[in-house]
Amino acid sequence: MHPADTMGQTREGAQYGFAFLDEDAKRELRRSIFKAVCIPGNQVPYASREMPIARGFGTGGMQVTLALLGPDDTCKVIDQGADDSVNAANIRNFFALTCPGVTGTLRTEEASVIQTRHRIPELPLRADQILVFQVPYPDPLVVVEPNAAKRRRMHGRADYARLWVKLYEDMVAFDEITISHRYPTRINGHYIIDPSPIPRFDVPKLHQADCLYLFGAGREKRIYAVPPHTDAVPITFTDVPFAVESFRDKTTGKRHTCRRCGADDSFLDEFLDDDGARIFQCSDAAWCDMRLERLEAAE
Amino acid sequence: MAYVAIRGGADAIKGAARLMDVLRAMGDAAPLELDQIERQMPLLHSRVLSEGSLYHPRLASLALKQSLGDSLEAAFFLRAYRSTKPRLGETAPHDTRNMRVIRRVSAAFKDIPGGQMLGATPDYLHRLFRFELMDEGAERFDEIARDWLGNRAASDTPLTFPKVLDTLRDEGLLAPLDDSDEEPFDITRAPLIFPVPRSAQLATMARGETGGLLALAYSNMRGYGDVHPTVGELRVGYVPVMVPHPVTGKPMEAGEVLMTECEIVAMFEKSDDGAPVFTLGYGACFGHNEVKAIAMSVLDRAISVAKEKGRIANPSEDPEFVLLHVDGIESMGFCTHYKMPHYVTFQSDMDRLRAAQGKAEEAGNAPR
Repeated sequence: MHPADTMGQTREGAQYGFAFLDEDAKRELRRSIFKAVCIPGNQVPYASREMPIARGFGTGGMQVTLALLGPDDTCKVIDQGADDSVNAANIRNFFALTCPGVTGTLRTEEASVIQTRHRIPELPLRADQILVFQVPYPDPLVVVEPNAAKRRRMHGRADYARLWVKLYEDMVAFDEITISHRYPTRINGHYIIDPSPIPRFDVPKLHQADCLYLFGAGREKRIYAVPPHTDAVPITFTDVPFAVESFRDKTTGKRHTCRRCGADDSFLDEFLDDDGARIFQCSDAAWCDMRLERLEAAE
Repeated sequence: MAYVAIRGGADAIKGAARLMDVLRAMGDAAPLELDQIERQMPLLHSRVLSEGSLYHPRLASLALKQSLGDSLEAAFFLRAYRSTKPRLGETAPHDTRNMRVIRRVSAAFKDIPGGQMLGATPDYLHRLFRFELMDEGAERFDEIARDWLGNRAASDTPLTFPKVLDTLRDEGLLAPLDDSDEEPFDITRAPLIFPVPRSAQLATMARGETGGLLALAYSNMRGYGDVHPTVGELRVGYVPVMVPHPVTGKPMEAGEVLMTECEIVAMFEKSDDGAPVFTLGYGACFGHNEVKAIAMSVLDRAISVAKEKGRIANPSEDPEFVLLHVDGIESMGFCTHYKMPHYVTFQSDMDRLRAAQGKAEEAGNAPR
């Protein structure tokens, strides 16, 4: 191994305790998580610690995950749905370094804790699994009110009038609600959350799920939760149904499919190959691999 | 966690880490020694100490070395290290009258008790290159030290100095100090939920990023605000750190920290008993960083003015605007994160745009 491969990694890692954070920090995190679960959708402030990766790279999700992991856990980390994205690989390496005993996996069904950025896995999660989101902006009201003290009051009163006005203004200007990701979603009939920058496609997965969803915002120092079997409803007007990304080909009118596994119901990444041709492929790498395995087994 | 072998991203980041090391090692220059960083770049070193908010001079040097001299990144190393340490206790408030002063000036008075003491400062230097420094040997350093120490008795200078503002207080020009027994807000153990007490305000700025504090304070100085500060006293020196003895609880000296402290005097306001008095802004940070201490004291005053008046007229007076945006670790991190992949959200953006374009086409006013 080249000496630089251990830079900030294995050699120094040995000098840190299990899961990096000191025990007081982990206890505080667990208490905040409990509170978040008890009051679905409520943003619980906590003293977010600095992580050895930068703010904005998932320090909130990491702290939640580190507080959850024990040596018998199995952990998966994804970014944009993929395990091999640079940031996912980096965070996975950090867990490997600081959480001896924890098993790493690329398979969604094997993981007890999954940390994610921007996606919810396609495979429905079970009651014994926890999905931890990395959250850049925990507060859906930030688009209409920059002052944090005022926003806190608005949440307490469930005063979301200005969000509704924003949606209405979108309809007037574009005949469409323009919010693409971070779609404001009402939890258990009261608090509206920012579900993190997941696409619209993933928002329905929050509703009445079997698993626990935890959201950690490191820079903004908030934790919130969507517990299992809880209502999660994207806000919209009765005559404007909530629509997910269509992936419809404009010329043929048909939905694009994954060029690898052929899936016609997954969230797709759209990109150009070297010849400039447009390509579509499952964003959830584990899902795509699983489908390929099944197809091969069936042959 | 057991290592899961995956290709792509994992290999790429490993390569990037190696290249950072290569960048450092290429060429003929000898590896930097930690002492060289601390001794010959003390002001950069000071920035890292204060913004990292961990007084560990040796690790601050290592941080600068590892981060290739980036002060934001170096401060980040100290902060991250801090997260692994529990809080063991609290100290009583420290009196900076006990500071072993290496520099102190007052802009408010021609002469002050104990005298103005310039110490080491670039303030009155001509910023003209001394080209001979491009090539200097170790013997030159010996010569400089010998020249300076040779004709000086150690007892020439007093160690501590009275505070300039005490004189103003004695005369009733400045409100007497509150003997506050309010427990200080620990920003490392509780998030800022506004409104926050002044101790949270001061602590946040004490580890704020120099450039961020300066930009906001400068906006106030230029006219987006009206603090109009006079530097009552600016002092730099070593403050003995007293911690309670683990058994007896009696304060004992655990070492000393280099710090910069600035007290500015601002326009007068009505005091509680009706008579007008000058107002005060306070700034302090680890290390020798005068711009930071002055900027902090201006912002402290600006925020306090708005609090007293109950009206925020300028960004530098808004505690949320100032305190949530001056932390270098947080702002640098978030700025950097935009380089990460965002293709899922961008896909979602394209879907919305295409949908809106479709609606526009249907309506017969397609964008050209």
